[in-house]
Amino acid sequence: MNAIAPVGLSVPHDSATKHVAGQAVYIDDMAEPPGLLHAFLGLSPHAHARILSIDLSAVLAMPGVVAAMTARDVPGVNDVGPAFLGDPIFADGLVEYHGQSMFAVAATSMALAREAASRAVVTYEILPPVLTIDEALAAQSFVLPTQTMRRGDADAALAAAPLRLSGRIDVGGQEHFYLEGQVAMAIPGEDGDMLVHSSTQHPTEVQHLVARALKLSDHSVVCETRRMGGGFGGKESQASGIAATAALLAQKTGRPVKHRLDRDDDMILTGKRHHCRIDYDVGFDKDGRILGIVFAQAIGCGFSPDLSAAIADRAMFHADNAYYLDHVRIVSYRCKTNTVSNTAFRGFGGPQGMVGIEHVVDEIARFLRIDPLTVRKRNFYGKREHNVTPYGMTVEDNIIAELTAELERDAGYAIRRKAVKIFNAEQPWIKRGLALTPVKFGISFTLTHMNQAGALVHVYTDGSVALNHGGTEMGQGLYLKVAQIVAAEFGIGLDRVKITATTTGKVPNTSPTAASSGTDLNGKAAQLAARAIKQRMAAVAATAFDVPASSVVFAGGRVAGGGQDMGFGELAKLAHRSRVQLSSTGYYSTPKIYYDTTTKQGRPFYYFAYGAALSEVEVDTLTGEYRLRRVDILHDAGQSLNPAIDLGQIEGGFVQGMGWLTTEELWWDDKGHLRTHAPSTYKIPACGDVPAAFNVALFKAGRNKEDVVYRSKAVGEPPLMLGIAVFHALRDAIAACGDGWTVPRLDAPATAERVLMAIETLRARAAEPNARAAE
Amino acid sequence: MRDTLHFRLGPEPRTLRHVDPTMTVLEYLRGAERLCGTKEGCAEGDCGACTVVLVDRQGHHRAVNACVLFMPALDGQQLLTVEHLAAADGTPHPVQQAMVDYHASQCGFCTPGFVMSLYALHTGVKPDRTAVNEALAGNLCRCTGYRPIVDAALAVCTGDAPPPPPDAVPATDGMLALAHNGRQSFSPRSSGELARVLLDHPQATIVAGGTDAGLWVTKQHKTLPVTVFLDSVGDMADVQLAGGVIQIGARATYQDALPVLEAHFPDFGTTIRRIGSRQIRNRGTIGGNIANASPIGDTPPALLALDAALVLRRGDTRRTVKLDDFYASYRKTVLKPSEFIERIDIPVGADGMLFRCYKVSKRFDQDISAVCAAFRLRLQDGIVRDIRIGFGGMAATPVRAHTMEAALTGRPWTEATVRMGQAAMDEAFSPLSDMRASAAYRRVVARNLLLKCFLETSGKAAATRLVPA
Repeated sequence: MNAIAPVGLSVPHDSATKHVAGQAVYIDDMAEPPGLLHAFLGLSPHAHARILSIDLSAVLAMPGVVAAMTARDVPGVNDVGPAFLGDPIFADGLVEYHGQSMFAVAATSMALAREAASRAVVTYEILPPVLTIDEALAAQSFVLPTQTMRRGDADAALAAAPLRLSGRIDVGGQEHFYLEGQVAMAIPGEDGDMLVHSSTQHPTEVQHLVARALKLSDHSVVCETRRMGGGFGGKESQASGIAATAALLAQKTGRPVKHRLDRDDDMILTGKRHHCRIDYDVGFDKDGRILGIVFAQAIGCGFSPDLSAAIADRAMFHADNAYYLDHVRIVSYRCKTNTVSNTAFRGFGGPQGMVGIEHVVDEIARFLRIDPLTVRKRNFYGKREHNVTPYGMTVEDNIIAELTAELERDAGYAIRRKAVKIFNAEQPWIKRGLALTPVKFGISFTLTHMNQAGALVHVYTDGSVALNHGGTEMGQGLYLKVAQIVAAEFGIGLDRVKITATTTGKVPNTSPTAASSGTDLNGKAAQLAARAIKQRMAAVAATAFDVPASSVVFAGGRVAGGGQDMGFGELAKLAHRSRVQLSSTGYYSTPKIYYDTTTKQGRPFYYFAYGAALSEVEVDTLTGEYRLRRVDILHDAGQSLNPAIDLGQIEGGFVQGMGWLTTEELWWDDKGHLRTHAPSTYKIPACGDVPAAFNVALFKAGRNKEDVVYRSKAVGEPPLMLGIAVFHALRDAIAACGDGWTVPRLDAPATAERVLMAIETLRARAAEPNARAAE
Repeated sequence: MRDTLHFRLGPEPRTLRHVDPTMTVLEYLRGAERLCGTKEGCAEGDCGACTVVLVDRQGHHRAVNACVLFMPALDGQQLLTVEHLAAADGTPHPVQQAMVDYHASQCGFCTPGFVMSLYALHTGVKPDRTAVNEALAGNLCRCTGYRPIVDAALAVCTGDAPPPPPDAVPATDGMLALAHNGRQSFSPRSSGELARVLLDHPQATIVAGGTDAGLWVTKQHKTLPVTVFLDSVGDMADVQLAGGVIQIGARATYQDALPVLEAHFPDFGTTIRRIGSRQIRNRGTIGGNIANASPIGDTPPALLALDAALVLRRGDTRRTVKLDDFYASYRKTVLKPSEFIERIDIPVGADGMLFRCYKVSKRFDQDISAVCAAFRLRLQDGIVRDIRIGFGGMAATPVRAHTMEAALTGRPWTEATVRMGQAAMDEAFSPLSDMRASAAYRRVVARNLLLKCFLETSGKAAATRLVPA
C-alpha cells in the first residue's frame, strides 16, 4: 500500500476488520470504570400537563439507588436547546410531550434504576394538547415566526397562467433508527472536571451544553467520540440531553455514570425527521412549464425549536429541487405541537421541500398526459438562463440535464416505459410503475458561520502520523477519507496514519458532522495541517539534499530530491534533531458563501450535488403491497475520494429515502403517544426490500467546479432524495389501475394501506359510470 | 434435579450455578463475560444485532437472537458469538473477510449480527438471492442498503464449507432446575416430566422458543417467578405424517415444521417463511404461536382453515380440541391450569382440496400481519362443496369466517358468489384500527383476499402475486 497514493481508491473502512470481529468499541462496550452508575429517566405520561409535584422519596429509598434529580437540582442552565432555549433537560413545571424527561435516577444497575424510576409519585394538571399540524395551524401555534421567500409576482403569474392546479400532500416524519441507541458515559475528574464519552455528531455542542448545565467553564469539560453506531442527524442535537443527564448525575454523585436509552425510550423521547403538510398552487403552460407557483410548507416541529429554523429554511431552499421557478412564493410555517421535538435527519428539510415540487411536477404531467420525465426535463434549470434560484443564487455547476440524459439512456427508460405499458395492459391485478426523478442538493451549512473546521496533525520521529480533526465517524467513512488525504499529502501509506478519536480537547469549537460537509471541511483542514508540516520537512530535506525545497518530492513513504532520498521516518528524525516543529493545526473556512436571512437572498451554498434515480415497482392491487423491481442510479460525487465509500453512501441513502416514503410510518394515537416505538412496529427496509437489480454508478464526468478537496463532492445526504423515485413509481403503478394518468391523493409514506386505498378510490370512480349505465 | 447449567461458550466449557432463569443470553454475554461484540439493538428480536449461533449435539448451527433467549436454553448447547469465529492465529473467518472485502460495514453496529447470520448460512447449502434474503431478513442495517452484504453472502457462501469441527457439547443429566433471585425454572426432559412439573406448578409460565415470552421480560419488564422450558422435552419436537395427519410436536420450531407443511401446503410454507426471521423461526414454535392466543398470530388462520386439532394434556389425561374451539376470548384459551398443548394435528385433506394462505403486512419480511387469511376449499363441477376460512387481524382472536363460509357453500365458484361472500364478511367482522392498519383497510383487504383466492382457484391466467425482485 505504501507505494500507492491512497486518494481515489476503494480502500475499506478503517474499522472494517474490527466491525466484523466485534472488536470495534462503542460507548456501551467500553470497560466500565469502578463505581459506575446507570441512569434512567422518568418520562412524562402525558402530552401536555402542568407538573404539580414530583415526589422521589420512594425512588431514593430503593436499595441500589444512589441519586435522583429534577430540574431543581441542576446547578447551571437546565436546557440543551442547540440554537434557541426550549429543550429542558428535565421538565420544569410543564411537560410538553409524551415521553419528556422529568427526572433521572442513578443506580447500580440499569434494571434497578428503571424499577426505581417507576416508583416516583408525580401529580399533574392535564392540559389540552395540540397534536397535529392542522390543530397547530388552527391555533396559530408556532415555535418560530413564519417565513416567506419570494421572487417575482407569483399571484399575477398564477392568474395569467393558461393552466392551473392546486393540491396538497402530507409527508410523514421518520425515525433515524441508528442501530446504536443514544448513549453517553460521564467520568468526573479532579477540580470538578468532567470527561464525557458521547455518541454524538457534535462533541463541541455536548461539551458546551454540559458545561452550561454543570455550571462549569467549557475548558472543564472534554467530550470524546470515537465512533457512533449510526447517526443520520439523530445525534446532532439529540445527544446533548443524554450526555447532560449522565454528567449531572456524575457531578452529583462523584461517580462515573452511563446513560443509555433502550430502543423504546430512544424512539419515544428523541426527535425525528419533521413531518409536514405541503399545499401548492401552480400555473403552467400546455407543455408543462411552470409559470408561477405558491407553496405553503407547514412543518411539524414538535414542542421546541431545536434546529427547526434551519431545517424549515432548507425545505424552502429545496422547494425548487432541479427546476427553475420564475415567479415563486414559499411560505414556511413552523408548527408547534405537543409531540417530540423534531430534529436533524439526513437531508435536513431538503427532502421535504423536494417531495413537494416533485409532486407538483408529476401532477402537471399527469394532468397534461405527458410522460412525467418529459415535464421534469422541460423545467430543469438552464445553464446560461433560467439559472437563478428563488434565493438569488446562480446555479453555476448545473449538470442535471446531462446526468439525467445519461441515466435515461443507460437504464433504458424509453423501452422500459413501453414494457411497463404492455405489462399493465395484459395484467389486471398486478401493475407496474416507473419513475425517474432528479436531485439537486445544496452543500454548506446555511448558517454561514458553521462552515469552518480545524484539524491537528502530529508527525512522530519514526514517521508515524497521528491525525485528529473535528469531524465524527458514524459509519460514513469520514475518518478514512481524511486519513487518505493526509497520507496522500505525506506520500505515505494509510497504515502510517493513526486515526484518533474526536475530542474537544484536541480541536476546539468545531461544527457538527452534518450537512454532508464532514469531508469538505475537515479534509481541507487536515490537508492544510499536513501541508504546513510537509513544508517544514521539505525545507529540512532540501538542506540535506542541497536542492531547492520546491524540488523535494514525498512519495511511496520516501522523500526524494536531487537524486537522493531518505525514508519519511528518517526525515522526521532529522527534522526533530534540526529543531523543526512536526505538529500543526489546520483551519479551513468555506469561501464564497453568504446569506441574508432578512431578504432571503444570497449564496448559501458553495456548490450543488446532483443525482438521479429510475425506479420500477410492482403493486399487488388487491392488497396494496408492492416490491421494488429494479433501481438505476447515477450520482455525482465529483472526483470520488473513495468510490466504495461513496457507493455505500449512495446505496444506503437511497434505501433510507425509500423507507421514509414507503414503509416507515410513525403512528401517534389520539393522546399523543407514539405507538411505533420499536422495530416490531416501525418498519425500516429489510434486505428483501432491496432489488437484486440495484445498479448504482458514479457520474464519470463528475468534478467539483469549486476548490473542494481533490474536486470531490459531498455525498452524505443527497442520495437520500433519490428514494423519491420509488414514491413516484408507486404513483405510476396506481395510475395504471385507472386511466393510466390520474392518481388520487397519495400521502407519504405510501404504505400498502395508502396504496390500496388510492387504488380503491380509482376503482370506485371507474365503477360509478358503469353502475349508472346499468340502471 | 440439577442446579448447574452446562454449555460451551465458543471452545470453553462453562458450568454456571446461581443463574437467574430469565436472564437473557445477551445480558450474560455483555455482562458476566464482557463479550461486547454481540450488541443490543432492540431487545425484542427484531433487529438482529444480537445474533449468535447455537450448535446442538447433532452439530446443527442455528442463528438465534440472544436478546430474547433465556439462559436455560443454553443447557447442553454450544454458544458461538462473533468473537469465536476467527482462527486461532487471528485470521478472520471467510464470512468476516468477505464482509470487509465487499465494503459491507459502515457504522459497524449491526455487523456482528450479520456476520453470525452469514456464519450459520455458510455452514449449509449454497444459497441463491432468495435464500440470502431469507437468512438475513432478521438483520436490520440502516447504513448500507444491504447490497454489499448480499454480495458478500453470495460470494462467500459457496455451499462447500467444511463443517466446523464439533466441540463436544457437555453431557447433561438430570432435569435442570434453576433458582435464583426468587425466580425458579425447570427444564423437563420428556412430556411426562413436563406434565408432572406443571401439576406441581400450575402457575408456571411455559417457555417454548421464548420469542414472545422473552418480550414480557425485556419489554414489559415483567417478573416470571416460575418458568418451564421446553428445550429438553425431546418427545415433543417431532414432525411426522401419520394416517393422513401431519402431527407437529408442540415444541417443534417453525423451521422444523416448515418442510412438511410446505410440501403439503405451499402457501402455508410461504407464510411461515415470513414469520419473524430465521432467528425467530429457529426458536419459535407453532405450539407457542397457538397458545399465546394473539389475534395476529400467523399460523392460526391457516390452521383454522385446515381444521387442525390440538392434543391437550394435563397430567396423564389427554383431550383433543379443535382449534376452532380453542380460543375463548382476547388472549384467552380453554387451557386449564397445568394443561399444555402436546401436539398439533393437521389433516392433509382429501385429493383435490385447494388451499390458499395470504399474509398482508406493512413490510414484506419480518413484520406482524395486518390481515392474515387462509382458505381451504373443495370444488366439484364448479360448485363450492366445502370451504373453511380462517382470518387473523379481523377480531380479538384468530377466527373462522363462518358466515362467509355459509354464503359460499353449495354455490357456483364465480365472481358473483365471491361478491356475496364479501358482503357476508362485511357484516361478520369489526376489526380494530391501530398502528399496523386501519379497520377500513383490514376490511378491504379481507374482501380482496377472497377475490384473490377465487382468481387463483378458478383457472384465471393473470398474475396475482408479486415476484420477489
